[in-house]
Amino acid sequence: MCHPPLPASILVVLSPAIIIPAILNGLLTGAVYALVALGLTLVYGVLHIINFAHGALLTAAMFAAFFAYQFGIDPYVAIFLLAPAFFAVGYALQRLVIGPAAHGDDRNMLLVTLGIAVIIENALLYAFRADTRTIDVPYAFQSIDFGFTFVAVPRLVGFAAVFAVALVLWLIMTFTDTGKAIRAVAKEKVGAELAGIDVAHVYAVTFGLGTACVAIAACLLVPTYYVNPSAGNAFVLVAFTIVVLGGMGSVPGALIGGLVIGVVESLSSLFFGDSLGQVGIFLIFIAMLLVRPSGLFGARA
Amino acid sequence: MAEPLLIVERVSRRFGGLLAVNAASLIAPESRITALIGPNGAGKTTLFAIISGFLKPSDGKVRYAGEDVTGQPPHRLARRGIARTFQIAQPFAGLSVRENILVGAHLHHRTREAALAVAERVAGEVGLDGMLDRPADTLTVAARKRLELARALATEPKLLLLDEVLAGLNPSEIRGIVPVIRGLCMRGITIVMIEHVMQAVMSLAENVFALAEGRIIAEGTPAQVAADRGVVEAYLGHGAAVKLGGVHAH
Amino acid sequence: MKAFTPIAVVVALFATVPLVVHSNVVLNFLVVALMIALAGQGWNILGGYGGQYSFGHAAFFGTGAYVTAILQVRYGVNAWVGFAIGIAAGALVGAIIGALTFRSGLRGSYFALVTLAFAEVLRISASVAPITGAGVGTLIKLDLRAQAFQFQSRAVFYWIILALVALSLAIAKLIERSRFGVWLVAVRENEDAAQALGIDVATVKSAAMVISGAITAAAGCFYAQYFLFVDSGIAYGTWISIEVLLTPIIGGVGTVFGPLFGAMVVKALGEGARLVTGDAPGLDLVVYGAVLILVIAFTPRGLIGGLAQARQWLMRRRGAEAHHG
Repeated sequence: MCHPPLPASILVVLSPAIIIPAILNGLLTGAVYALVALGLTLVYGVLHIINFAHGALLTAAMFAAFFAYQFGIDPYVAIFLLAPAFFAVGYALQRLVIGPAAHGDDRNMLLVTLGIAVIIENALLYAFRADTRTIDVPYAFQSIDFGFTFVAVPRLVGFAAVFAVALVLWLIMTFTDTGKAIRAVAKEKVGAELAGIDVAHVYAVTFGLGTACVAIAACLLVPTYYVNPSAGNAFVLVAFTIVVLGGMGSVPGALIGGLVIGVVESLSSLFFGDSLGQVGIFLIFIAMLLVRPSGLFGARA
Repeated sequence: MAEPLLIVERVSRRFGGLLAVNAASLIAPESRITALIGPNGAGKTTLFAIISGFLKPSDGKVRYAGEDVTGQPPHRLARRGIARTFQIAQPFAGLSVRENILVGAHLHHRTREAALAVAERVAGEVGLDGMLDRPADTLTVAARKRLELARALATEPKLLLLDEVLAGLNPSEIRGIVPVIRGLCMRGITIVMIEHVMQAVMSLAENVFALAEGRIIAEGTPAQVAADRGVVEAYLGHGAAVKLGGVHAH
Repeated sequence: MKAFTPIAVVVALFATVPLVVHSNVVLNFLVVALMIALAGQGWNILGGYGGQYSFGHAAFFGTGAYVTAILQVRYGVNAWVGFAIGIAAGALVGAIIGALTFRSGLRGSYFALVTLAFAEVLRISASVAPITGAGVGTLIKLDLRAQAFQFQSRAVFYWIILALVALSLAIAKLIERSRFGVWLVAVRENEDAAQALGIDVATVKSAAMVISGAITAAAGCFYAQYFLFVDSGIAYGTWISIEVLLTPIIGGVGTVFGPLFGAMVVKALGEGARLVTGDAPGLDLVVYGAVLILVIAFTPRGLIGGLAQARQWLMRRRGAEAHHG
């Protein structure tokens, strides 16, 4: 039986010269998505809440990185400033605002994090208007020749940085007392409390770590991405998708899920254009939530 | 003799690698009180969850009123007359006692007036009529247990599954509630109760099934089961039956 | 009948406003506030009474707005008929989302997420689909005739939206006193216990979503007729998803008057913010976010709930004084 001939445009698109760079780019973008998702999944795994303020915090961090650059601080250097700063911000938010306001009710926590998101985003909007800004780092367009394609340096650095962060987190979780306390609270909060662990502190530390992840991701993004008050949003829904795909609370899930989603997005933009590519991701997201909310690696929801 | 109201046929339930219930069978004759006893973790609540539709068994069947109801959802079973209480009382915290019972009453009564009347009657039957307007989350443990019972009763069940309804009650509270349970049975409601309070099991139940590590290890009258060596060992440990040198019923 | 007296009184009071107030600015403020109150009442049915917090109610608002607008502009359908169809469309979207999410047993955060995702899918699709005018949006031609649902006088719009709000208040009251309402609240309080008492949780939630979608869609339809312009950011933007949940939460979740009260407060705060700091975008939402957090922290049952809390506290104090007296 004869197959009808494929339109020429599809044949062109299917050629390796186009697909492989698309996949590669997808992996690189996906790595940063993974970092954003990592922060989210960490918070969910321990506090069992979905942090709706995650995107706004990313936006705030991007603005911070942007302004750091105005003061002559290179984004990659800014990581070492902003990560601790945003850790502190996250710690304070959880300890002083979210924890007390929510009275332990899950539904209320959702609303409080939503409130924080609204405040941050709109404060940024009010202060800086909706204009889009970018920074011009000298190495933004430098690329390395891999033979079959060129890859931009910032994106490679980003890729490596994400794995470095994941490694550091793993080391923290496995070998430090705080890390062990976090794992204890994630597994069994009441037992951990009875064992003398300060749960409020652990919650705040976890939230701080999640926010620090987002700050690092912001520094990695700013060389190649635009900054405006809704920039974070674009990432956060993708991050949610990844977290659900990889499993709520699963760190390897967030990493692998991030890479997968990055590639999916890249390929669907190739075939269907940008907007529909985004819609594709959300449809996957909805489908995952309906069919297997526990994700590929996660515990039962 | 008519088929027993509830027949649980070799039901098993696996959670990952753990076999929580292992080919358990039990029978609840109509209008009788049947007790399900066993040490903690034996799988009793899991079995209740299977009977009431909250869990599907990995194997086996549940027959109710002559029909196979295995795997049907809880709300459908409730409509057919299976009601259950929960081991940890789950009142509708934001509502009053009356409003709590009303929810159950509405199952078979569409209008608010009719359902309210049923709710008040049921509250009287379990002794909650003085507390109808109190918020459910201000009740004592004993009152919450009564509320659990009242809510379930308001659905006009034929089969009532009571999960440790006496747990946490002091002896005088127990003495208060036992006649209520017996009264239900005399009205024709079939009762299966999970219980640890042995005096209640002895005085209320006509049949007893003992569950340990997911399997039924003994069945019979209360006296027979209490004397069963396997049951004693399940509760008190290996070798306890011998040590006690011939067991006597309480 | 007696139970509906408060509603009748409140509506009657509101109805007299255009007779004494002639300022277009004030009337405009009230019209928008009532519209948000209507949309919020929709959310309240599902979220307040049912306990299912949707973060994507824009999906219904926007559907109502777009359907009304597109039917008029592209298919020449009568505006009133378009309004009715827009409401039906909202109900349909509610049925679809409800069927998908509740049959899968989605709850809590996951439910909030999925509704957010649905709203975003609709927003992005609307921003590129030709039928909606894509990025440009849909403009309804000015045609100041009653048949076209357009009126010279703001007062008429005011009475129309008031009528819709009155209807939504009545619906909420009816639900409160019905078996469906009892079941809905039971589902909110404890789903497992509700199931054990014979409640078909998925169906109850889905029904609530259909009603909720229809009411919020009605607000969207009204928006289209009042402002005569719809685009994807207006229809399906997060602003409306947030305002729609803010008003019942601030006013009082799960109460008949909560959304109305909350809408007045929220809009007043917004205006206040604007008066103090000029027209810069964003500040009003900052205020809303802060109020949301404050309300959750101190009066989680909203301002109406807060009043009840205050009353209980006063009664307890009086009781204590009586004991010590």
